[in-house]
Amino acid sequence: MSIQTEVIGLPPLSPSRVASRLSFLRLKDFPLIPALILGLIALVAIFANFLAPHNPEIGSLTARFKPPFWQTGGTMKYLLGTDQLGRDVLSRLIFGARVSVIVGFTAVIFAGTVGTTLGIISGYLGGWVDQVIMRLTDTWLALPPLMFAIFLAAIVGPSMWNIVIILGLVYWTRYARVIRGEVLSLKEREFVRLAIVAGCSKRTIMWRHILPNVINSAIVIGTLMLGVVIITEASLSFLGIGVPPPQAAWGLMLADGRQSLMVGRWWLSVLPGCCIMLMVLSANLLGDWLRVKLDPQLRQL
Amino acid sequence: MKRYIGRRTAYCLLSLFLLSLTIFFFVRVTGDPATLLVEPGASEADIAAIHHQFGLDKPLWVQYGIFVANLAHGDLGKSFYYRTPVMELYLSRLPNSLYLATVAMAFSLIIGIPTGVLASVRVGRFWDRAGKTFTLLGLSLPPFWVGLVLILVFSVYLGWLPSSGAGTPLHLIMPAFALGWYFAAAHMRLTRSSMLEVLGSEYVKLARLKGLPQSLVIAKHAFKNALIPVLTLAGINLVIMVNVATVVEVVFAWPGIGRLLYEGITFRDFPVVQGVVLMGGAMIVIVNLVIDILYAVIDPRIRLES
Repeated sequence: MSIQTEVIGLPPLSPSRVASRLSFLRLKDFPLIPALILGLIALVAIFANFLAPHNPEIGSLTARFKPPFWQTGGTMKYLLGTDQLGRDVLSRLIFGARVSVIVGFTAVIFAGTVGTTLGIISGYLGGWVDQVIMRLTDTWLALPPLMFAIFLAAIVGPSMWNIVIILGLVYWTRYARVIRGEVLSLKEREFVRLAIVAGCSKRTIMWRHILPNVINSAIVIGTLMLGVVIITEASLSFLGIGVPPPQAAWGLMLADGRQSLMVGRWWLSVLPGCCIMLMVLSANLLGDWLRVKLDPQLRQL
Repeated sequence: MKRYIGRRTAYCLLSLFLLSLTIFFFVRVTGDPATLLVEPGASEADIAAIHHQFGLDKPLWVQYGIFVANLAHGDLGKSFYYRTPVMELYLSRLPNSLYLATVAMAFSLIIGIPTGVLASVRVGRFWDRAGKTFTLLGLSLPPFWVGLVLILVFSVYLGWLPSSGAGTPLHLIMPAFALGWYFAAAHMRLTRSSMLEVLGSEYVKLARLKGLPQSLVIAKHAFKNALIPVLTLAGINLVIMVNVATVVEVVFAWPGIGRLLYEGITFRDFPVVQGVVLMGGAMIVIVNLVIDILYAVIDPRIRLES
């Protein structure tokens, strides 16, 4: 990769440079289907209001437990059936996508911003700052993520934005550890020394010379983290400390579906799970590909 | 050697200190901890009593001192719901969690190691791809959903396995598989990369030059050595499994630590939640220390490096 030579002078990104950076998208092993699925889920999340045939939070009690349309008793009015309150499952899945997309992306970006910033500061400044940040990182990494998230959720109470903050607090350490390691080797490089000689302040060096070189790793970690974050959110909602009812979230739908699993109402548990799987598997496949493409050092991660 | 172990132990103690500080800090920064420590529906007088009883009217650093002193005695407080010390509850559930985690680990290794070995021998070919897909699928499925689908198929439709509870080995199969599959990907990947590293080493080349058959080279020379890092990871993951089984234990009503944590949430039994999380973090910090020391004992390069 020729990024190092680009960064020294940091010329403005001309359109052709942008094109050359994005050229990897045309490669033949690009995971097209996972990317399309993620794109589709994002579109569904954005346009949920227009796509959902029914109100996801208000059902009709006369239409409880309708199976999907292809089973006996199902109607075309409720394509994928209804739940215990007579709410349309398809509409709830569509609005559930919105929760997963919002929580997934904002939590990953939040964790990434905090983790990358602290990783750069820790690696570049070194000394006691590094010691403090890294000891904290080690300790928080020792707490199993789901357990830590459950603990925080139990303190602050359920809400979608609380979940975003909690997931950010739980997962920033993953970025900080890796980014710090990269900064340690970057700061010995010629272009950083030149920048010091040229009289750049520490902040300028970290912001303009170090950050552009670690952003690839942050993106790779973020993509791989997306799946983990979505599963954690679903787990919290499933346990009743995530997104509060009656809002539609996939994890919450699974928790509701569990009640009527034993009588064979499979659609209430199987369908939301399929949505989670599609989204997480797509994110993981895309992340795997990005990891190999952008950052050979992370292949063992 | 002694210096190395001393330094590792100091780090471990520092981590435990930061862990207690983290838990202490989060409980207090989000509001009055009395509202968490008091039972739902308590009166003003009760809250004042709690303030006094737990020393919440004292300065923060004194409060922290009391908190740590209690922890050092193994006192995690008393459960509101069960009216017994949290430590007792925890220890009574721990064997169940270890039991589940051990069987789940067995499943995970049964899936992960053979697929990893096959993948390393057939890089980029069918088995490599199939193994990767299978384990990636395990990583992408929420374990509790795998549990729900297993119940649907094997309990509701087929009626082969009990859907929840504990007691017979049959109760263990589904939760252990749901938990184990999630971890299989990590074991498969490490087995694969570890095998690839060993297969490229000099002594494997020598074994091949001697004309040993491929199967013998892989099974005897490569596999045994490639297994060391995998088993280390399995050791750490076993402890992690004990602590992340919450959702699976809830789905199958398995009476382990995860279920205790869930009960803590649903009954708003905060001492239980705090105790389980503290114990989980401490367990992992200590296991990391043990592994560091074991590595130093086994491998002189590590202890001489420092």
